[in-house]
Amino acid sequence: MAQICGADVDEEGFLVNLKDWTREIAIEMGKSDEIDLENEEAELYSERWEVLNLLRDYFEEYQIAPAVRVLTKAVGKKLGKDKGNSKYLYTLFPYGPGKQGCKFAGLPKPTGCI
Amino acid sequence: MATKKFMYLNRRSSFGTVYAIESLEVVLIAAAFEQDVSLAFMDDGVYQIVEGQNSDGIGMKNFSKTFHALGDYDINKLYVSKESLEERGLTESDLMPLVYEDEDDDWAEKPSIKIVTNDELTAIMSEQDVCLSF
Repeated sequence: MAQICGADVDEEGFLVNLKDWTREIAIEMGKSDEIDLENEEAELYSERWEVLNLLRDYFEEYQIAPAVRVLTKAVGKKLGKDKGNSKYLYTLFPYGPGKQGCKFAGLPKPTGCI
Repeated sequence: MATKKFMYLNRRSSFGTVYAIESLEVVLIAAAFEQDVSLAFMDDGVYQIVEGQNSDGIGMKNFSKTFHALGDYDINKLYVSKESLEERGLTESDLMPLVYEDEDDDWAEKPSIKIVTNDELTAIMSEQDVCLSF
């Protein structure tokens, strides 16, 4: 099985054991998708991390990875109305806010994600 | 695509069998298709939405927390059998306070749970296009 920073990941790059997650793992996952989650000066750095932190909080509270529609709603509510739309979220995570965002945040693939 | 009425009927308690978590999983998947979805809880199924569940001792995920997410998935019709609660010495106050935000009413929080008699539940079930029992 493939590994990132010593943690097992599945064939799509999602963490197998969710409690293995560290910031370093997210940074490594970002590198393979050409997204800089390490350098604070990087473009969209804080915007990406605020969504990743929201995803982690959401999972802690509800024990599921939210569907994109639900994530969009939660972002609009918690991070500001101007951010609660899929265009913005796709800017942050071009491979899909649900799929790529959840992967970086150490969540399982969203339920109902096709 | 025309909307169909789907009801998921839950009759078993949270843990011990895989039915409860599988039902919830299917409900969340179905929610993506924007159908008219409702849930019913009867028999031991009423235990699924009891407040204060703790699964630490059996090493299973406490998925009861996920019921709180249903409102955001536009699933806000949770019918609970009055008779099943009474037979188990439970009341509505033993259940999780599950709510949704009503888009048509300035996002006011409203309760999702509705206690109904078995007769009322039968009537609601007969209105459905599809009933899935877990």
